[in-house]
Amino acid sequence: MCLAIPALIKSIENKEAEAEIGGITRRISLWLTPEAKVGDYVIVHTGYAINILDQREAEETLSLLEQIARLGENEG
Amino acid sequence: MNDKILLAHGSGGKLAHELVEKGFVKALANPLLAKLDDSAVIDFSGRLAFTTDSYVVSPIFFPGGDIGKLAVCGTVNDLAMSGARPLYLSLAFIIEEGFLKSELNRVVNSIQKAAEEAGVGIITGDTKVVHRGSADKLFINTAGVGIIPEGINISGSNARAGDRVILSGTIGDHGITVISQREELSFSTNLKSDCAPLGGLVAEMLNASPNIHCLRDPTRGGLATSLNELAKQSRVSIRIEEQKIPVREEVLAACEMLGFDPLYVANEGKLVAIVPDEDADKVLKAMRKNRYGENAVIIGEVGAEKPGRVVMKTVLGASRIVDMLVGDLLPRIC
Amino acid sequence: MKYISEFRRSELAQGLITQIHRQSKTPVRFMEFCGGHTVTIFRYGIRQLLPKTIEMVSGPGCPICVTANADLDKAIALAQIPGVIIATFGDMLKVPGSDSSLQEAKAGGADVRMVYSTMDALKIAEDNPDNAIVFLGIGFETTAPTIAVSILQAEEKDIKNYYVLSLHKLCPPVIKALLDSGEVKLHGLICPGHVSAIIGSQPWEFIARDYAVPCVVSGFEPLDILQSVDMLVNQVEKGRSQVEIAYRRGVCPEGNRQALKLMREVFEPRPALWRGMGGIPGSGLKLRKKYQRFDAEFAFDIRPSPTREPAGCICGDILRGVKTPADCKLFGKTCTPENPVGPCMVSSEGSCSASYLYGGGFE
Repeated sequence: MCLAIPALIKSIENKEAEAEIGGITRRISLWLTPEAKVGDYVIVHTGYAINILDQREAEETLSLLEQIARLGENEG
Repeated sequence: MNDKILLAHGSGGKLAHELVEKGFVKALANPLLAKLDDSAVIDFSGRLAFTTDSYVVSPIFFPGGDIGKLAVCGTVNDLAMSGARPLYLSLAFIIEEGFLKSELNRVVNSIQKAAEEAGVGIITGDTKVVHRGSADKLFINTAGVGIIPEGINISGSNARAGDRVILSGTIGDHGITVISQREELSFSTNLKSDCAPLGGLVAEMLNASPNIHCLRDPTRGGLATSLNELAKQSRVSIRIEEQKIPVREEVLAACEMLGFDPLYVANEGKLVAIVPDEDADKVLKAMRKNRYGENAVIIGEVGAEKPGRVVMKTVLGASRIVDMLVGDLLPRIC
Repeated sequence: MKYISEFRRSELAQGLITQIHRQSKTPVRFMEFCGGHTVTIFRYGIRQLLPKTIEMVSGPGCPICVTANADLDKAIALAQIPGVIIATFGDMLKVPGSDSSLQEAKAGGADVRMVYSTMDALKIAEDNPDNAIVFLGIGFETTAPTIAVSILQAEEKDIKNYYVLSLHKLCPPVIKALLDSGEVKLHGLICPGHVSAIIGSQPWEFIARDYAVPCVVSGFEPLDILQSVDMLVNQVEKGRSQVEIAYRRGVCPEGNRQALKLMREVFEPRPALWRGMGGIPGSGLKLRKKYQRFDAEFAFDIRPSPTREPAGCICGDILRGVKTPADCKLFGKTCTPENPVGPCMVSSEGSCSASYLYGGGFE
């Protein structure tokens, strides 16, 4: 549910971070993801990081989708 | 040393005269204005384009411009969209009591620079000061006149099936820049407003082809609203391709964060042109040679079926309807 | 934009579409519960790309749309108390209550301010110590933890003028109520991605287990939706019903433990009123006694206007997936985005609004 976007953590101070997406930056809260580190991508909803984005899973999903696309081409 | 605008500055007395003469007339350096007659008198022949606008933008100063530059460019662009060569503007200030003189000077200087670039004269004006709280710092009203060259006939009802739709550059820059300055939505960006006078660009386009059918500047309501207006006025359908529409990454990112669609975000230095198919490439070439059209691109075409409708082919290849903006663009959480 | 643009690649979409067309033989009805999914489906024209065997319906997953008139009236009544500043997400401003809306209350002199985050609302409270700042707590399990944090921060910083009107709702109970009503036969459910980022995938197990409805937890980009549909089709054709996570980069089965801990620290479940569905036990959130001093319902004497439901409005039926906007006599005539009668038309992710603005599907 709900509008949330992946943003890159550039710096952390106390429980807040500067996060960047597509060239814009905003201060966000890390209260819900205290283990987040600089360099992590977090999913940001209304100014709060609600989860750390699993980059490995993201790459795996894309690989899977690429495989499906190749399969489709071969059959088609 | 008084650094603020007082009610007396708008009352027509000594303070008011001082403000006008030392503040405005000097900065705007126009011989007709300097006469300070009740009305400016000019000689004309030909078809006149005439427009009026009011500017209430907040904040007054933003990256890439301010309310003054906006006032000049907005008015000039309205004239240019009729194919006119913009000539003269009127300028009326409604100032809130307590507004800083330094800020007013900044606005006036900005107006002078914009007018100079646009090649227009500010030849008549008015100043009122209202009680604190009756205006949000500064409101500006303008009117503008220009001459439409012979043989040029541009109107929102001229689009025809088969015409091409050309967009002069990236969308959403102005709206997102202004929003980024609002405290309650604060995010930082290097984005600047695209506020610019387009009279020169239009003149070069008309040189390339006098057969341009429609011109519109997609201000409030964005590209989507302008295209809908044109489709309805001309009773045609317009088909565009999402893939072709240029949007800066920061604009896309801000839109994603706030839940906006860039198609509905305001622009202040862009235009949409509807041009007969055979002239499209010529016009595009001319646009790309101008600094305000360097990213110009053909984004779609005009059709005859389903008049009044604007349809967009999404990046996935399916189509969806693009309606006008309804109400205000509000950030969403869902 | 990293981790967004890659999930919009059209060649990958084409691969999924081909696979879905190849696999899908059984006619099915899938429901996307979440408003964010509704928007993606409409914006990218996904219905058009799917085979005729698949019917997509939208469920009651727009927290704005399911806010009952009575609750909205409370918010409007609060706005009219002198000294109160209402801080709210933008979505709420135009939703019509029984008599008025927050936007109208604002035009009438009430101090209603739109914020992007509760962080901004706390700042308003700090900057205006003589006013009472009431934050309208709308949203499901994605948003509730963020409001919980704002209350904990207010406590930490000893902010005495910050209050929350909790209109938060929970997803699993309403989906259970929907399935129990038996009104709409579903063959698959696309589960909300960001709610699941918080609560995990385990809370959806009962759907697959007790109702034999396949579930896939989906992200919000077009490739995510297509992949989820593909996975649902796969389950249907193989006769399985399980909960699977497609949105693996954002969701793990246990969810976000810290977020759940903070949410449970501040809130406890209570019955809630859902537009179109009436009262559902355990489907709302209330501030715990420990945090009562932040609860707007205790701090203020709220006198809402008498609740009225607009005549002819079938938002309730649309929210339950029983009817479509095209079935509504008011749709597009008396009820339009400029003059919305019900919330499905106001919220940018409501079925009616999406249908009206993006067309397709319901034409």
